[in-house]
Amino acid sequence: MSKYLPVVGMEVHAELLTETKMFCRCSTKFGAPPNTQTCPICLGFPGVLPVTNKKAVEFTIMTALALNCEIASYAHFARKNYFYPDLPKNYQISQYELPLGKNGKLEIEVSGRKKDIRIRRVHLEEDTGRLIHIGDKSYIDFNRSGVPLMEIVTEPDINSPEEAKEFLERLRLLLQYLGVCDGKMEEGSLRCEPNISLYDLETNTWGTKVEIKNLGSIRAVGEALEYEINRQLKILEAGGKIEQETRGWNEEKKETFPMRGKEEAHDYRYFPEPDIPPIVVDERWMAEIRRQIPELPAQKEERFVRGMGLSREEAHILIVSLPLAKLFEEAVSQYTEAKKIANWLISDFQGILNTERKSIEEVPFNAQLLVEMLKLLDEGTISIRIAKEIFPEVVLKGKSPKRIVEERGLLQITDEEAIREIVREVIEEEKDAVEQYLKGKEKAIGFLMGQIMRKTKGKANPSLTSRVLKEELEELKR
Amino acid sequence: MPRLTREEVEHVAYLARLSLTEEEKEMFTEQLNRILEAFAKLQELQTEDVEPLSHVIPLKNVFAEDEGKDWQSLTTEEALANAPEQENNHFVVPRIVED
Repeated sequence: MSKYLPVVGMEVHAELLTETKMFCRCSTKFGAPPNTQTCPICLGFPGVLPVTNKKAVEFTIMTALALNCEIASYAHFARKNYFYPDLPKNYQISQYELPLGKNGKLEIEVSGRKKDIRIRRVHLEEDTGRLIHIGDKSYIDFNRSGVPLMEIVTEPDINSPEEAKEFLERLRLLLQYLGVCDGKMEEGSLRCEPNISLYDLETNTWGTKVEIKNLGSIRAVGEALEYEINRQLKILEAGGKIEQETRGWNEEKKETFPMRGKEEAHDYRYFPEPDIPPIVVDERWMAEIRRQIPELPAQKEERFVRGMGLSREEAHILIVSLPLAKLFEEAVSQYTEAKKIANWLISDFQGILNTERKSIEEVPFNAQLLVEMLKLLDEGTISIRIAKEIFPEVVLKGKSPKRIVEERGLLQITDEEAIREIVREVIEEEKDAVEQYLKGKEKAIGFLMGQIMRKTKGKANPSLTSRVLKEELEELKR
Repeated sequence: MPRLTREEVEHVAYLARLSLTEEEKEMFTEQLNRILEAFAKLQELQTEDVEPLSHVIPLKNVFAEDEGKDWQSLTTEEALANAPEQENNHFVVPRIVED
């Protein structure tokens, strides 16, 4: 790889979280039956008048601000003309020479190294219909046609698959925090088309760009870039030439393939959209939008560290998942020991999700349930061992810890006399261990504790048991 | 002024998915060239200090609130009523990508 440097630029499309479409008020709801959310405007009938969704404009300006862009004081839409069946008007309303935002940046960090990825432009357009190809036919669902779509284009500042993945993670998180896009790549609400070429470091020459489509996850972006770097490398090393083309990603075979048939003439004949008046962004409106920017990932991380006493690692793990950060904050509002909450969420809660291959949204768990369990622990009603034992059920079934404990008879034994009785039983049964302890082998006490816990199924209060056990053993010494 | 060639007319026709007869190609090359000449005349005007104009009506920021409760979308039947071909509530066209 020494002779060549991968050069990657990224084009990201994000469907905005508005209720209604870009230029009509049809619903944007995902997953509705085909062609149930259309009207003459988003079906491209002649003579209709598109009216711009204000929220979509504000979401785009907000994103551009969060990406440190310059905001256009004057912008307008443009018609991008091309023939394709997913586009009933035969032009897409987009933006061309006057995008809402330009010249921004987003900082990434890969193996401890920080780097800015420059953002060339952020603009607003409308999504197209959805095509399904079966047999010798293509089927079109226009529900998606006209959904507000934000396009974010980077400069070619990305130099490895790792950087590409990190950039997308950061961008997706930012969009989620801003509340402008849900970031679901599997559902296509966030789509990414990287272009990649290999820069020849010896002769200082740029390579030929290849664009990759059909990437359904951030992982796939990394794999496709990895594959493409190797493919281009092999061609160049064999003295061949890279063809400028669009390639698709085959998720099963883990390889890219040339996408013939989608070779349209790239002659879009842009011109200003005459039906939609220009957008003028004055200082006041911009300030108003700026005020609506919520706390962003980096700020949240800082607050978790400085304000709540979490370690940098803990804070980072929490903030990279917005639902996890929300869960944490909700729990902290009901229970003061932030560190304890963080521990449970990071190791236990996430551990359970990983084992069950579930996302946070898929489990009926909430902050209340965690706080309830932590209080049971504090009151000494349950031991830590019991807490760990019942936690999966709390998480996966959303069941009250108190109820689980009651139903299963797992209340901690805090009655000293009851514990003393069990301690005496164990001392009687484990004469060898007792003997060793009395000879000065302190470690034997751990074994004895274990036996008591086994007998009580972990219900014996540990500190109380430990005290009683020591008392009883001291008694034997005399 | 460079004249529009017959090849360029064919290219534009292709972009618009229009199939033209030989006579039409001839006619449109001629007509489009006359339109271009009219614009060439306009280009003689001194416009150095004139801002580009994209919209002639003095309107700006015409927006709708993101609110759909009074909006009536079409039924699937209405939406598909003019489709040359339809199947399973979808518009249908000849397959447009290869495997």
